[in-house]
Amino acid sequence: MEIYFLLYWEFCKIGLFCVGGGYASMPWIQAVVVDSYHWLTMSEFIDIFTISQMTPGPIGINAATFAGTKIAGMGGSIAATLGFVTPSLILCLGVTYLLKKYGDITAIKGILNGLRPAVIALIFAAGLSFVYLSVWNTEGLPEDITAFDTKGLLILILAIAAVRRKMGVINLLVLSGILGLLLGLTGI
Amino acid sequence: MPETKLTIQAGTRHFYWLLFKSTFLISAFTVGGGMVIIPLLKAKFVDEYGWIDDKETLDIVAVAQSMPGVMAVNASIMLGYRMSGLMGTLTALIATLLPPLITMSLIAVFYDMFAHNLYIQLILKGMQCGATAIIINVVINLVQKLIKKQQALPILIFLGTMTAVLAFDVNLMYCVIVDGLIGLLLLRSPKYN
Repeated sequence: MEIYFLLYWEFCKIGLFCVGGGYASMPWIQAVVVDSYHWLTMSEFIDIFTISQMTPGPIGINAATFAGTKIAGMGGSIAATLGFVTPSLILCLGVTYLLKKYGDITAIKGILNGLRPAVIALIFAAGLSFVYLSVWNTEGLPEDITAFDTKGLLILILAIAAVRRKMGVINLLVLSGILGLLLGLTGI
Repeated sequence: MPETKLTIQAGTRHFYWLLFKSTFLISAFTVGGGMVIIPLLKAKFVDEYGWIDDKETLDIVAVAQSMPGVMAVNASIMLGYRMSGLMGTLTALIATLLPPLITMSLIAVFYDMFAHNLYIQLILKGMQCGATAIIINVVINLVQKLIKKQQALPILIFLGTMTAVLAFDVNLMYCVIVDGLIGLLLLRSPKYN
């Protein structure tokens, strides 16, 4: 039972602080699920992110549901998802009310304007962990920079080139997966 | 009275069923979430059912975008509220949450079954690199947008937060509390919106 409350509460905080769309939730989910509680490994976390991109539904909700299920089964997924949307529910209704009553939410807008650039920095930091795992297969900064995974680096460079040329997310992920399988089987 | 598209009165049982069904289907078939879902909601609720008008929808989207959390969820919470109060909110919210809840729970079960298979591991490793590329792309786009605005304070917040997190390992929570306070005190002017 305790795990459900913990999941609810932790995802409540994640929902409160992720300002600026789906990607903004990733650094928070990583901080809680991987770094603080070690519920999931970095590799599992990135898999969640990957799968969330390819399935219908908002990324933040998908990630909360997947992480919740992996941590504590069906109940965990419900607890995490409900926690994640609780702040949205309170804030959106609150703002609707404030707008109706005062027609002014500049204070809230100010706070959000301060958070938005901060969230970019957080996504940047989370992105670094992704790079470490893709290229060096380590969870943090690699001890030996030269010990990189050639296949990982190759796929990453190709994928960056493709995504900068505006390839769709699903195509990109499917092709990266196929490339990973082919390179892995040929043992280059 | 606006045009006579309003055939089903808001607040009736049939209304809630239609609201639930349309929100559920839109949520179930929109890959990627976020902005994609908005035109679909608009097409249903404004153009087809006429439960709210265009301007209201735009206002809602603007607020939904800036609030914390997932945009699609925020939008359905507020759309539901405008159409029919708290009951509307709950109906739209549950209908938005159920599809990802169902799909992701199933996928999580399959993931546990297959994640240790060698071939699946190779595919997942490749996809991890693809996902990394997506994140890098997102960061590049966001930083470009930030720099293009040429406002010193937001850029300072970005650099300061990055230094705090990467060099000093400061807890993310403290960072956003400080940055939120800076925003409250210094970034209230509409030009920062």
